[in-house]
Amino acid sequence: MKDNGSDNRKETLQLAGRLVLMACAMFGFGFLLVPLYDAFCEITGFGGRTNQAAAVIEERADASREIRIEFVTTVNEYAPFEFEAQLPGMTVHPGGMYEAIFMARNLADRDMIAQAVPSVAPAQAARYFKKLECFCFSQQEFGPGEEKDMPVRFIVDSELPDYIDTITLSYTFFDTARLSDNSSAARHGSKQ
Amino acid sequence: MTSAVIDAHLSEEHHGPAKGIRRWLYTTNHKDIGSMYLVFSLVMFLVGGSMALVIRSELFTPGLQFVDPAFFNQMTTMHALIMVFGAVMPAFVGLANWMVPLMIGAPDMALPRMNNWSFWILPVAFGMLGSTLFMDGGAPASGWTMYPPLVLQTGDAFPFLIFSVHLMGLSSIMGAINVIVTIINMRAPDMTLLKMPMFVWTWLITAYLLIAVMPVLAGAVTMLLTDQFFGTSFFLAAGGGDPVMFQHIFWFFGHPEVYIMILPAFGVVSEIIPTFSRKPLFGHDSMVYAASSIAFLSFIVWAHHMFTTGMPLTGQLFFMFATMLIAVPTGVKVFNWVGTMWRGAMTFETPMLFALAFVVLFTIGGFSGLMLAIAPADIQYHDSYFVVAHFHYVLVPGAVFGIMAGVYYWMPKWTGRMYDERLGQIHFWLSTIFVNLTFFPMHFVGLAGMPRRIPDYSTQFADFNSVASIGAIGYGVSQLLFVYIVVKCVRRQGETATDMVWDHPKGLEWTVPSPAPYHTFDTPPRVTEGATFH
Ligand SMILES: [Cu+2]
Repeated sequence: MKDNGSDNRKETLQLAGRLVLMACAMFGFGFLLVPLYDAFCEITGFGGRTNQAAAVIEERADASREIRIEFVTTVNEYAPFEFEAQLPGMTVHPGGMYEAIFMARNLADRDMIAQAVPSVAPAQAARYFKKLECFCFSQQEFGPGEEKDMPVRFIVDSELPDYIDTITLSYTFFDTARLSDNSSAARHGSKQ
Repeated sequence: MTSAVIDAHLSEEHHGPAKGIRRWLYTTNHKDIGSMYLVFSLVMFLVGGSMALVIRSELFTPGLQFVDPAFFNQMTTMHALIMVFGAVMPAFVGLANWMVPLMIGAPDMALPRMNNWSFWILPVAFGMLGSTLFMDGGAPASGWTMYPPLVLQTGDAFPFLIFSVHLMGLSSIMGAINVIVTIINMRAPDMTLLKMPMFVWTWLITAYLLIAVMPVLAGAVTMLLTDQFFGTSFFLAAGGGDPVMFQHIFWFFGHPEVYIMILPAFGVVSEIIPTFSRKPLFGHDSMVYAASSIAFLSFIVWAHHMFTTGMPLTGQLFFMFATMLIAVPTGVKVFNWVGTMWRGAMTFETPMLFALAFVVLFTIGGFSGLMLAIAPADIQYHDSYFVVAHFHYVLVPGAVFGIMAGVYYWMPKWTGRMYDERLGQIHFWLSTIFVNLTFFPMHFVGLAGMPRRIPDYSTQFADFNSVASIGAIGYGVSQLLFVYIVVKCVRRQGETATDMVWDHPKGLEWTVPSPAPYHTFDTPPRVTEGATFH
């Protein structure tokens, strides 16, 4: 356009600049989804996410109600571990405190670091399942061939909806040698 | 003939195209760049199509015959990446480059230098992606959705995959910025927004979608990259990340992406049906609102791809109903196309045939999409061949037929020659028959439980699979006829096209001579009463 060339040029560049900004903002938004998703999971228990730091809750057992807790253990991919729950499950009263023991053994003949990642099903139960102490709160170090008994202490909140009578607590055992210690710890820190 | 056209003739003598390869390397002319995009996308269409034929040959009978499973997975992944980012999207950008300035009376795109860049990034990106076929560990094989942790097992190809996706995204974003600025700032004075042709409208909306979601994809693949090489744990459960989160981010991009691939086709069809019905487009403004609502809704339905990941009931209900809501504006569009044809003096030249097949077959794809939207039923359909049938119906007789319709419709304007109508009709019928032969049986094997992305299958699926393979080979070979038709036109063989080409089509593009001169609308045209459809 020859008549009002310079004017038009300016508008063109301004609009293009705004659109570039918009694209950059959306690139940032992609990363913003990460903390948003974390917060969302934390609040709703979406994806079976449970507390990753010791919960504070008063013990007051409701003897009139029984909940079945099932334990599931998985060793991820090629992690050289044996990992099992001592008992397949237990029956608990909401509000009461219980302890379960998980056994892990390092099958390799070198030092290993492992991280257990918990998940609760059904997801609706996740935020009522409170862990007071758990081997999953931190990384576990193993000497060559070392075997460990690892406790988890928990309370099922008596607010648990009536329609839930069974909760499955699952742990996946990861070999974290791949992850640098710092970044992994930092990431766990950000979750709390 | 308007004065703009005469001006265009004069200026052509002053600065025509440069000669040889430098013309194409350095060109900033929207017509040159549009042609390059279209040729590039045709080449990618044939490359991606050959990969599809490798897949279909392997699936012709049960058991493993030609390729090993690892290579099969590389083929499905590369086929998808090439078709989505290399064939369909660049074809629409090519059509936009050629037609948007011609339709709104602009002399060129607003940012011609950037236009050149956004094209030339593409061959680099796909050269890089293609080179992974020869690397240790082969090409990416985790599916085009790149889900972790599987995608992190890709061999040497992994960083090349990520960077090529970055480049494709960059190219699309630059193209989109150019389209928006051109449409907003370069329209002829009387071309008000609501007078704009539907193709321009749908592209304006598509361009905004691109700017909104391509950066999100770039972010997602960047996270994959840092997870792999820089010790982050965005998606690694061991480090406190969550692989399901990738799916959320990916599909936040992925669902709008499917509308990026279909809205411009809606636009093309909305240009063609009025011309060959000899009636104005029925409900132009409602078409604009429908396209805008589709674009808006596309941002709040992404988790319908994830019903099987475990989701609270409220989430399932929300995503199910939001997805079904999209059927309403889409229904408005189909209704309006039919309304346009109603009592029109219809003729059935090749572009119209493709447009009509688009309306019918895209609607079939839309219906299977509705079935997939039903959360409880989706658990059965998920990751089965039913899904493959669904998205191929919306992408092949949907997006690809839309592109073909557009090419037949505007090619006489680009080349100055009529394509061979008889061959065009043959191409149409072969394509339509074979495309249905290929994809329709996939519905049945999918419902019966055949999973997608596998090189081998249970013998009960054998018959339908050989039918699909025969269809695919037929469809692939028919496209060579298309190449022949295009080459013939480009080499200036065939009848000379008139300036109007068709029977009094509306729109500014038909007011310039055929072939369209190198420079058009150096002075903005008058948008006279009756020049547009509204
Ligand atoms: Cu979707």
